[in-house]
Amino acid sequence: MPHDHSDHPHALLPPEPALRVKALETILRDKGLIDPAALEEIIDTYQNKIGPQNGARVVAKAWLDDDFRAALMQDATSVVRDLGFYGRQGEHMVVVENTPDQHNMVVCTLCSCYPWPLLGIPPGWYKSDAYRASAVREPRKVLAEFGVILPKGTAVRVWDSTAEVRYLVLPMRPQGTEGMDEDALAALVTRDSMIGTGLARQPEGGAS
Amino acid sequence: MSRVHDIGGRFGDGPVLPEGQDAPVFAADWHARALAVTLACGSLGQWNIDTSRHARERLSPKDYTRFSYYEKWISALADLLVEKGVLTVADLTGVDAPEAKHPLADRCLRADQVQGVLASGGPADRTGGPASLFQPGQKVRTRHPGGNAMVAGGHTRLPAYATGAVGVIERLHGTHVLPDSAAHGLGEAPEPLYAVRFAASELWAQPEHPRDEVVLDLWQSYLSAEDT
Repeated sequence: MPHDHSDHPHALLPPEPALRVKALETILRDKGLIDPAALEEIIDTYQNKIGPQNGARVVAKAWLDDDFRAALMQDATSVVRDLGFYGRQGEHMVVVENTPDQHNMVVCTLCSCYPWPLLGIPPGWYKSDAYRASAVREPRKVLAEFGVILPKGTAVRVWDSTAEVRYLVLPMRPQGTEGMDEDALAALVTRDSMIGTGLARQPEGGAS
Repeated sequence: MSRVHDIGGRFGDGPVLPEGQDAPVFAADWHARALAVTLACGSLGQWNIDTSRHARERLSPKDYTRFSYYEKWISALADLLVEKGVLTVADLTGVDAPEAKHPLADRCLRADQVQGVLASGGPADRTGGPASLFQPGQKVRTRHPGGNAMVAGGHTRLPAYATGAVGVIERLHGTHVLPDSAAHGLGEAPEPLYAVRFAASELWAQPEHPRDEVVLDLWQSYLSAEDT
């Protein structure tokens, strides 16, 4: 049941956030409830191992291989699982594809749900009140803040992640990338392009 | 009435401030610690993801607004640990002497278990539950007033901006745990979950573009059939 007590226990901890975390961590460690080595392992995983490079790999494969793309659109969860990109906050994946007719953009207005196994930990702006509040109501204004201006004929579809389904945007493949291999293509796929607040990079020397 | 976290569509937050694509994953060391401590405590098995989301939503509006993202996490975690009896108020104030082994110490997440726990995740789909009532392409209307139908002020995933709105079923995701129930220890009560698309003009007084849409994932009990 909801408890709306005014005496929230957190107020007993130091108010300064770094000290608050440290205090709680120390209490839990002294009671044997958390293992400092496990914390290091969690931090190392999200700092160094899991990040947008995973999603970029998926996008590059989809650009290169129509069968892969079709399977991805049909059942993203099992396709990315086969690539080793499954886990916490990515248990139910759906990929949405940008086209000249429709641009997709992902938000979580109620908290900050995000496809961790494919994109890592969300950036600060994704978790900000400003993004959560405005992405659903004025996505084009938000896109402009990211330097993205869509053609007038392109509709915007905003996906508000209200359940445990996580969305990844499949950006359009840039012009001038014919013949590029998977690694070169993956390097063009930015984190923001997979959230839908950006577009894939143009190749160097290509049309800008 | 919804709670302070339900901010979709709100005016007045100012512009979004993008960061570089190469900004550090954690802007400060304590952000990383807050995330890791929270995930590690999840392994103690005393709550589910809906409970922990609701703990953040139940921060007072004053705290929710002034706290940064990871301050919300760590503060809600402290509240939840006490509420679930894992820690006592005395533990937080530091007056407790070190005691005998904590009854949950055997559940402590060890370093060699981390990869397995993160990789296995926590799927929300279930077998059973009621049959799906709606088909892709069908018109539906969301519940109004919104809010948790079972618990006053309880957890729900129907945002205020989308209550009483008419949309179209985009797809059926399967049968998923109902957060409105699971957050309150009332069982998982799995239900069909749908992606439902709404014209922006159905949700906003001044939509940016006539063809823009918003899609939300909504449980069957949030929806009723809308005659065409």
